Amino acid sequence: MVSNSMEMKAVEEKAVGPWKEAWRSLKKSKAALVGTVIVLFFILLALFGPLFAPQGINDQNLSVRLLPPSGEFWFGTDDFGRDIFSRIVHGARISLAVGFLSVVISAIVGSFLGIIAGYYGRILDTIISRLFDIMLAFPSILLAIAIVSILGPSLQNALIAIAIINIPNFGRLIRSKVLSVKEEEYIVAAKAIGMKDSRILLRHILPNSFSPIIVQGTLAIATAIIEAAALSFLGLGAVAPQPEWGKMLSDARVHLMTAPWTMIFPGLAIMLTVLGFNLMGDGLRDALDPKMKN
Amino acid sequence: MFNYIGKRILHLIPVLLGMTFIVFLIIRAIPGDPAQVILGQQATAEAMAALREKLGLNQPWYIQYFDYLKGLFTGDLGESLRTRQPITTEIWPYLAATFELALFAMILAVIIGMNAGIISAWFQNSWFDYIAMVIALIGVSMPIFWLGLMEQWAFSINLGWFPTSGREEVRDPVAAITHFYLIDTLLQGRFDQFLVTIKHLVLPGLALATIPMAIIARMTRSSMLEVMRSDYIRTARAKGQKMAVVIYKHALKNALIPILTVIGLQTGLLLGGAILTETIFSWPGIGRYIYEAIGYRDYTVIQSGILVVAFMFVMINLIVDILYTVIDKRIKYN
Repeated sequence: MVSNSMEMKAVEEKAVGPWKEAWRSLKKSKAALVGTVIVLFFILLALFGPLFAPQGINDQNLSVRLLPPSGEFWFGTDDFGRDIFSRIVHGARISLAVGFLSVVISAIVGSFLGIIAGYYGRILDTIISRLFDIMLAFPSILLAIAIVSILGPSLQNALIAIAIINIPNFGRLIRSKVLSVKEEEYIVAAKAIGMKDSRILLRHILPNSFSPIIVQGTLAIATAIIEAAALSFLGLGAVAPQPEWGKMLSDARVHLMTAPWTMIFPGLAIMLTVLGFNLMGDGLRDALDPKMKN
Repeated sequence: MFNYIGKRILHLIPVLLGMTFIVFLIIRAIPGDPAQVILGQQATAEAMAALREKLGLNQPWYIQYFDYLKGLFTGDLGESLRTRQPITTEIWPYLAATFELALFAMILAVIIGMNAGIISAWFQNSWFDYIAMVIALIGVSMPIFWLGLMEQWAFSINLGWFPTSGREEVRDPVAAITHFYLIDTLLQGRFDQFLVTIKHLVLPGLALATIPMAIIARMTRSSMLEVMRSDYIRTARAKGQKMAVVIYKHALKNALIPILTVIGLQTGLLLGGAILTETIFSWPGIGRYIYEAIGYRDYTVIQSGILVVAFMFVMINLIVDILYTVIDKRIKYN
C-alpha cells in the first residue's frame, strides 16, 4: 500500500515538467527568491529607471559639486555637480546590457563549439578542447586585458573581450553534456532512421543541454558585470561621460577623502546586482541541475 | 603517480605553446599599423620603421613567432619600449612584490576561510553558520576594487590604522636583497621595518583575500558536511573523541581534495585580482607593472607581464594537480 502510494506520488511528480519543478524548488529557497527579486528590481530599474531619474546623465551644475547625500540629491553629487543617483540608474542599463549581451554571445559561440566538439569528436574535439584549455590557462581578467589592448579601450570592446573569455566555460559544459546525451538510445535511434545531424543537434541535443546553459548563464552574468566594471575601472572599458559603475568608481578615487559617497553608491550597486545574480544562479542550479551543485 | 605527473606535464606543452601564441598576437593583431598605434599619431616615418625593425614586424609572422619562442627559451622577454631595459631583469622586483602580497592574501584566505567553513559545518544551522555563510556570499559578490577603496576610506583615511598605499615607508625605504620585504627586513634585523611592511600588507592583502576566503569557506563547509555524515566520523564521535581530533585528524583529510582544488584555482585567480588591488593601493607588483604599461602603450611589457602571470597560473594548477595524487593515491590521469 505504502509502496503503491509512493509510486503514484513519483508518477505525479514526473508528470510535472522540468520547468515547473524548477520553479517549485526555486520558490522553496529563500535565498534564490531574494536573488530573483534583486535581479528583477535591477532589470526594471534598467528598463524604466531612466524615465523617472531626477536628472539626465550629464546634467552638470558646478554650484552643487561634491554635495553629500540629501533630500534633493539622494546619493550626493559628483565633481561636475551631477546627481549620482540618476547616473547609477542610467548605469544599470549599461551594466546589465553588457552582462546580458556578453553572456548571450559566449553562450551561443560556446554552445556551438561545445556541440561540435562533443558530437563529432576526433580531431575537431581535440582542436576545440585544446583551444579552451589555452584560454582557461589565463586568469580571465588578464585575458580580457590582453584582448582589449589589441582592440583598443572602449565599452564595446570590453563587452567583446568578456564574451570571448567566457566562451570556454560554456563550451566545456555543453561538450560534456553532448557526450553523455549522444549515447542515449533515442539519439542512436534517430541516427538509425537516417535523421540529419543538424536536426539531431537542434531538436534533441540542444534542448537537453538547455538547463545547464541557463544556470551557467545566470552565474556568468554576475561575473561579466564585475569584469566589465573592472575593465572600466582600469580605463579599458567605458569612457567619460558614460555612467558605467566601474568608471564612476574609478573617477571617485580622487575624492575618496572629501566625498566618499561618490565611491560608496556605485560600488554598492555593482555588489547588489552581482549578489542578486549569484543567489538566483545558485538557486537555479539546485533546482534545475542538482548534480552541478559544488 | 609518476605516470600521472608525466602525462599531466605532456598535456601542458600545447597549452603553453598556445599561451605564448596568444600573447605573441597582442602586438601583431593590433588593427592597423602596430608601430603607429604604439608610437602615436605624431610619430615620424623613420621612428615607425625603426620600431618595426626592432620588433621584427617586417618578417613573416611564423618567423616572428619562432624568434619570439627562441627568445623565451633563452629567458629573453624582450625590452621595455619605455624604459629600454630588458624585461627579464626589470620584472623581478615587481614579481616579488606580487608574490609577497598574493602569499599573504592566500594565507589569510586559507586560515580564516577554512576555519570558518569547518565551524559552520560542525555547528550546521547555528547562528554562526548563517552569519558566516551570508558574509561568504557577500564576499563572493564583492568587487575587490570597491572593497579596496572602502578599506582605504575606513581604515586609512578615517581611522588612520594602516597606510593608504605603497609597500614601504617612503622616508625609510627597505634595502632590497631578495625583494621580498618581509624576508629582507628580517635578514637585516630591522624589526621596525618588518612591522611597517606587515602594516602595508594588511589592507591590500585583505582586499585580495576576500573572494578566495569566501569561496574556501563555502567549499570547506559543504565538503566537511559531506564527510561528517560518513560512518567513520560517526564512529569517531561516538567513541567520544574530541571535536578537534575528529575534525583535523579524520574529517579534514578526506574533505581536502575539493578544498585544495579551490585553493589552487583561487591562487591563480588571485594573480588576476592583483592587477586591480595593486592599482588601488599603488602596490609595485606585476599587476601595476602591466597597468602602467597599458597607459604608456608599452606593448612588450604588456605581453611579457601577461605571459609571466599566465605561466604562474598554469604552474600553480600543475602543482595542485600533483598534490592531489600525493593526498589521494587513487587519482589517475583521465
